[in-house]
Amino acid sequence: MGTRTVVPFGPQHPVLPEPIHLDLVLEDEKVVEAIPSIGFVHRGLEKLAEKKEFGEMVYVAERICGICSFIHSAAYCQAVEGLMKVEVPPRAQYLRVAWAEMSRVHSHLLWLGLFADSFGFESLFMHSWRLRERLLDVVEATTGGRVIFGSCKVGGVRRDVDAETGRRALQTLAVLEAECREITGVFEKDSTVRRRTVGVGLLSGKDAWSLGAVGPTLRASGVSSDSRSLGGSAYGALDWQPVVETAGDCHARAMVRARELYQSFSLIRQALEKMPAGPVETRVSGSPSGECIVRLEQPRGEVIHYVKGNGTRHLERYRVRTPTFANVPALVHMLAGYQLVDVPVIVLSIDPCISCTER
Amino acid sequence: MGVFSKSPWILHYDASSCNGCDIEVLACLTPLYDVERFGIVNTGNPKHADILLITGAVNEQNLPVVRTLYDQMPSPKAVVAIGACALSGGIFQDCYNVHRGVDSAIPVDVYVPGCAARPEAIIDGVVQALGVLEEKAAAPAGRGEGGKAVAA
Ligand code: SF4
Repeated sequence: MGTRTVVPFGPQHPVLPEPIHLDLVLEDEKVVEAIPSIGFVHRGLEKLAEKKEFGEMVYVAERICGICSFIHSAAYCQAVEGLMKVEVPPRAQYLRVAWAEMSRVHSHLLWLGLFADSFGFESLFMHSWRLRERLLDVVEATTGGRVIFGSCKVGGVRRDVDAETGRRALQTLAVLEAECREITGVFEKDSTVRRRTVGVGLLSGKDAWSLGAVGPTLRASGVSSDSRSLGGSAYGALDWQPVVETAGDCHARAMVRARELYQSFSLIRQALEKMPAGPVETRVSGSPSGECIVRLEQPRGEVIHYVKGNGTRHLERYRVRTPTFANVPALVHMLAGYQLVDVPVIVLSIDPCISCTER
Repeated sequence: MGVFSKSPWILHYDASSCNGCDIEVLACLTPLYDVERFGIVNTGNPKHADILLITGAVNEQNLPVVRTLYDQMPSPKAVVAIGACALSGGIFQDCYNVHRGVDSAIPVDVYVPGCAARPEAIIDGVVQALGVLEEKAAAPAGRGEGGKAVAA
C-alpha cells in the first residue's frame, strides 16, 4: 500500500469551465476517495423570489444556468401556471417543446465537445462546437437570443414562430442532422475515444438507481427513466422513446447523449409541423397561492421546481433540485478506484453543471 | 503594433456567473469566431496569461480566488469584465451572496456589457484590452494598473 496523498483539483482548472473543488485522495496514481467542496457559484437566487414579482422571476429562473436556460424558465412557468390554474394555449405548448429540444441539442453538442477536450481530442471539440453554432443560428432566428432564449413567460410564450421561419429552421436542422452523423460516428467507433472511455467510470444500474442518479447518467446504466414521459407540455402527443444504453461507462454516457441528438431533431420537427394555429399566450391575472411541483427533463437529467405562493405578488418559497446535485453521489462513487488521469473524463461524463447546482 | 498584440494569452475564470457568458467566451475560441487566428491562446495557467477574462458577479467564496489569480498574473496585465453581472451584479445584484461586479474585487480595464454578452462584443473587448496592455507596458514601472477604458 502506497502512502496517501491529497491532490487539490480546482476551483480554477483547465478542464473545468466552472469552479468546483475536489480533494482527491490518492494512493500512488489510484484515486481512493474524492471529496467535493462547493459554493463558488452560489448566488442565492431562490431568495430573490422575495424581492422580484412572480412574473419577473422568470428572468432569474432562466439565469440559474446559461446552458439549460430555457428549460429552467419553462419549469418555473409551469409551476406558477399550476398554482394559478392557467390553461396554456396548445400552440405555446408545442413551441415550448421545440425550444426545449433545441436547448437539449445545444447542450449535448457543447458537452460532446468538452468531453472530447477532456481526453485531449481537440479537433473533435472544435467540430462539435462548429456544428453547435448552426443550431444557435436557428435559436437566434426563432427567439432572438443565443444562449439566453428569453422566450418563456407565465401563461405561454413571448413570441410566435411564423411558417416561413419554421420552414427555414427545419431546413437548417436537416443539414445539421446529417453533419452530426459524422461526429457521433467518431464518438462511437474511433479507437482513441474508445480507449479513453470504454470501461472507465463504471456505474451499475443498481448503484445508479440507489444513489439517485438522473438523466443520461442513469439511462447509460440501463435504467429507462425520462421525465418527459410524464407527458408534460406536448410530449404526450409526440412520438419518441427514451434512449437507453446498458454498459454504464463513460462511453455509454456519451452514446446516450449522441443518440438523444437525433431524438431531439425528430421532436423539434414533429413539434413545428404538428403545431396547431392559435394564440401563444393567455393573460394571467391575480396572485399565486398554494404549492406546486414540476418535474422536467433537462439535458442533464430531471429538474424539480417547487413554488409556494401566499396570495401576494411575491412567492413565499421557490426551490429547485437540479440534475447535477442528484448525480454528484454517483460521481463520487464512480471516481474511486480509477487513475488520476481518468478523473477529468469521469467528472465530465456526468455533464456537471455547477451553476445550476449552487444557484 | 507592439509586442503583446501579436499573441496575447488569455485566462478565463467564472466568478459565479450563470454560464451564459462563459460558453460565449468559449465560443470565441471555436471555428466560427476563431480568435486563435489572431494568436490569442486560452491558457489554464495564470502565470502565462496577459489578459484575464472574467464573468460573474463574484461571490464571497470566489473573492479570494479572483484576487489570487490576479496577483499571480505577471505585469503588465489587463482585466476584461464580461456580462451584465460582471459589470454591476446584473440580475443577481440583490442576491445576498454576491458582490456588485468584478471591480469590487480587482481593477477592471474593459467592460463588455450584455446578458449574455455576444461573442463579437467579447472579441472587441479583448482587442481593446490589447491597447491597454500596450499603454501599461509603455508606462513607467509601478504605474498603469487599473485603467478606465470602457467598451461600448
Ligand atoms: S451577464 Fe447574464 S448571461 Fe452573462 S453570466 Fe451574468 S446572468 Fe449569465
